[in-house]
Amino acid sequence: MGASRNGSILQNVDWPTIGMFIGLVLFGWLNIYGASYNFDQTSIFDFTNRAGKQFVWILGSLVLGGTLLLIDYKTYDLFAYVAYGLMLLLLIATPFLAHDIKGSMSWISLGPVSLQPAEFAKCIVALAVAKYMGQYDYKLRGWRDLVIPFALIGVPCLIIMIMQRETGSALVFAAFLLVFYRQGMTPHILWSCVAAVVLFITSIRFGAIPLPIGTGSVGMLSCMLLLIGVEIYFVCKEHPVKWQLTILLVTVAAVFGIGALINVWITVPFDWLAVGLVVALSLYTLVVAVYYRRYGLIWATVFGLVCIGYTQACDLVFTRVLQPHQRTRIEVLLGMKEDLAGAGYNVNQARIAIGSGRFLGKGYLKGTQTKLQFVPEQDTDFIFCTVGEEWGFVGSVGVLLLYLLFILRLVTIAERQRTTFTQIYAYSVASIFLFHLMINVGMVLGVLPVIGIPLPFFSYGGSSLWGFTMLLFILLRLDAARMEQLR
Amino acid sequence: MINDQFYKRSYTISGIAIGVVLVYIFRLFFLQIIDQSTKSEAETNALVKQTIYPARGLIYDRNGELLVFNQPIYEITITMREMGDNWDTVGFCKSLKISREEFDERVAEIKDKRKNRGYSRYTPQSFMGQLKKEDIATLQEALFLYPGVQIQKRTLRDYTYNAAAHVLGSVGEVNQNDIDNDPYYARGDYSGRDGLERTYEKELRGVKGVEILMRDSRGRMQGRYQDGALDCLAEAGTDLTTTLDIKLQMLAEELLAGKVGSAVAIEPKTGEILALASNPSWNPKVLVGKERSHNYNQLLNDPTKPLMNRATQAMYPPGSTFKTIQALVCLQDGAITPKTLYPCSGPASTPIKCTHHHGSPVALDKAIEQSCNPYFWCAFRDLLQKGGGDIHMRYESWREDVMAFGIGHRFTDSDISEQSSGNIPSALFFDKYYGKAGWKAITIRSLSIGQGEILATPLQLANQVATIANEGYFITPHLNKNDSMLAHIHKLDIDKQHFEVVKDGMHRVMTYGTGRYYPIEGIETGGKTGTAQNPHGKDHAIFIGFAPVDDPQIAVAVVVENAGFGATWACPIASLLIEQYLTGEVKRKDLRKRISSTVLNGSVKKW
Repeated sequence: MGASRNGSILQNVDWPTIGMFIGLVLFGWLNIYGASYNFDQTSIFDFTNRAGKQFVWILGSLVLGGTLLLIDYKTYDLFAYVAYGLMLLLLIATPFLAHDIKGSMSWISLGPVSLQPAEFAKCIVALAVAKYMGQYDYKLRGWRDLVIPFALIGVPCLIIMIMQRETGSALVFAAFLLVFYRQGMTPHILWSCVAAVVLFITSIRFGAIPLPIGTGSVGMLSCMLLLIGVEIYFVCKEHPVKWQLTILLVTVAAVFGIGALINVWITVPFDWLAVGLVVALSLYTLVVAVYYRRYGLIWATVFGLVCIGYTQACDLVFTRVLQPHQRTRIEVLLGMKEDLAGAGYNVNQARIAIGSGRFLGKGYLKGTQTKLQFVPEQDTDFIFCTVGEEWGFVGSVGVLLLYLLFILRLVTIAERQRTTFTQIYAYSVASIFLFHLMINVGMVLGVLPVIGIPLPFFSYGGSSLWGFTMLLFILLRLDAARMEQLR
Repeated sequence: MINDQFYKRSYTISGIAIGVVLVYIFRLFFLQIIDQSTKSEAETNALVKQTIYPARGLIYDRNGELLVFNQPIYEITITMREMGDNWDTVGFCKSLKISREEFDERVAEIKDKRKNRGYSRYTPQSFMGQLKKEDIATLQEALFLYPGVQIQKRTLRDYTYNAAAHVLGSVGEVNQNDIDNDPYYARGDYSGRDGLERTYEKELRGVKGVEILMRDSRGRMQGRYQDGALDCLAEAGTDLTTTLDIKLQMLAEELLAGKVGSAVAIEPKTGEILALASNPSWNPKVLVGKERSHNYNQLLNDPTKPLMNRATQAMYPPGSTFKTIQALVCLQDGAITPKTLYPCSGPASTPIKCTHHHGSPVALDKAIEQSCNPYFWCAFRDLLQKGGGDIHMRYESWREDVMAFGIGHRFTDSDISEQSSGNIPSALFFDKYYGKAGWKAITIRSLSIGQGEILATPLQLANQVATIANEGYFITPHLNKNDSMLAHIHKLDIDKQHFEVVKDGMHRVMTYGTGRYYPIEGIETGGKTGTAQNPHGKDHAIFIGFAPVDDPQIAVAVVVENAGFGATWACPIASLLIEQYLTGEVKRKDLRKRISSTVLNGSVKKW
């Protein structure tokens, strides 16, 4: 212990990542000041306003990060399960201790500050998952090996979603799918998730394929066939059939994929033909599977038929199960409804704020949209609006590219690890940051639904900043120790 | 890690990250570079542009008398976006004393993009305009109850005198065409629709100002944007001093009362129009404010056509007044000399009879004095047949000389917006009508005495007299006193001595001839009466004149439709106008009363 040990950490720690971390935090802080700035504002260090408070949180996060670097790397592995258990208790206890803030029961007050345990849960879940999957005798061979990892992420996810009513924070756990994928999970699961989201959106946008009667659209059909086509491609890769068949199937998918692109915005009414096409394609795949004795291809058939059922289910859920306000939210996002004063207000105001920034932006502290509080949550979830308005296209793209570099750096770090434990943890970190970036910026840009999760290091808030700091600095500590670890 | 079969999947994960960022960059590119709508939306969102309307320029007469000024009026605008769900429509209608149906109709009209192409939910839309202070008093007190409603102060034209409606013109709401053609205008703006208001629109309107205020998401004003750095003040319109003499103008209109006709007075040396009266007419105040469109339609449907400015738009055969021009052109041409004599057999003359009895043969001075038709026919004939040349060429040369007096074409360099061109037929016209060899002097003999196809507007007649008074030039008649129009001097190719002869003849008309009945004490005048034959009814009475003879200060043309002889109605009106202008008053009160109280056309009324 002591000086020599610290010296080696300073040498081994990944400085580029720390540099990017500091850059993001400081630029975020400037923008929080910009977003909460109004015309009689005093100083960025005024602790009564949010920028001043964030400054305190930043100082705290630096102390936290330094402390995490000083802790022995083995500790994280050693106490992963213990921490996980404590975390579950805390998550369960939270709703009973919490105040209701905007319908969410996720905040615990500790004197003058409130903390959101869910923000720290990501890090601990990542450690637990890494520990479980990093065991010497663990190997991801099939779905049985995924039961425990899914349970590890599923339990806190459900607690947060159901007990704390924080859908956004709970959805973040979906990021672990990427980690599992990297560790060998079959791509079908990842692809099925993508297909589920795409089909849900398209079936609502264009209407489900008619069963038994109704109207749908070519766009819908094409989307579905595109998804099925790609699925067939995956299946064919795993269960090689004659290359002509592969080409044939990929061509079918490609034709409909192009059709989908053309038809996405042009709704053409059509009827049983659509069902016929999907069923025919599925049956054809079945025939091929049997003929060539490549039974794996049956999965493609199942996928296609499930797709049809799924779109029906989506339609049903959308029209019968969802609450009217939830429907409106989805319809506005999909461009089916224009409701600028209600559900679409945030998104529209965000669009106006960002769009009005033009190429170079209006200049720091000169944005009118954010200053005049047209964008709700502008210093937390919608902080990217301020970037867009005041720093323009150049600034926004700069921030996105910095994030991209940051995430790619994390992937690089993950790939250079010698232990599965660290690698899985590193991928968890990279995936969580990627997921946050994708959902948050997508929401602000009006590409994805409004799901309230923060933009890492940018959004105002101590819990999220400290949560991300923890996530990152534990990785940096583990990475710094990679040379000491056994192969 | 060794033996890692899924190593390549790290590329997939990096690829997903790159893909997401690329998609978002494209989205940003669309939002921030391609999509132009957000900028203005942001401005209407956060910035409230309050238009400050400039005061429209005032209009004065030549002596500095204020003719047209501004009175405040109010306009109600509504920003649709700000009307919440619980907007009290009933209360709003009540305070404006309009019905719910009117309200709905108006709102539908505003929202109809076909009628209101510039419609936006974010900007104030003109709901009702031209309201008096008392109309909006109730609403103004309760304005805070109606989010989105603004009251804007504007100005409306007001007039000191009930006169010169045609000349001054009026101001009305701009139409879609104006908005498309001139970015200055927005829906609900006003612009000069006719008369001087239209000609000098750009000068009179001034420059709109704008005050930019910031508004937060709840609609609360947060002060001036950038401390008013981008605000700009309204610039008041430039005042216009007209050449009109309002006293003379009012006298002309008074004298024309009960008659259909017009009177034009010009200061010959400058081309400044002293009076331009047309009857029937209207009080300029009736084409102002809420009543404008209603009244305008009434004027439009009046069978006496009050909206027509007869002084500049009506065309009449000049009749005997044309003999002055005929004399000058023939003298210059050499077809006649002042000593040339032609025989006249009075009413027995052929091919044109003389309407007067006088000695024969007759020379030019006497021919003008007695308005001898045969003399001018002979002169015209000799001009066209002189030298036995081609009649087409001779006629075209004559036509050119006549048109040099400003007759038969518009004054394109004048600031009078409504003008007719008049007509001097071309040789081609006769070729078409009679065939190329089918006409000669005798065919078109009626032209010699100002009848037939010749048509002139009263303005052209006045300008023609001014040219004679000036002995060979005129400055385009105009209404703006600030512009001397010296660049628009038109010199005629006629020798000075010929004018002396004609002026002398015109003086004789007023002394011994048809104009001798209305002398002005102490003022020698020159003039010429005319009676224009009219296929629709009684002849039009025409008179042209100038005074004083030796230093003309005023040239006048008067036309009274269907009034018979020029000497009876047109001449006394001109005489009174000359007296008013030169002496500053009218001493012949009985004459004035008799003329102004005589009604020649019962359906004429003053609106």
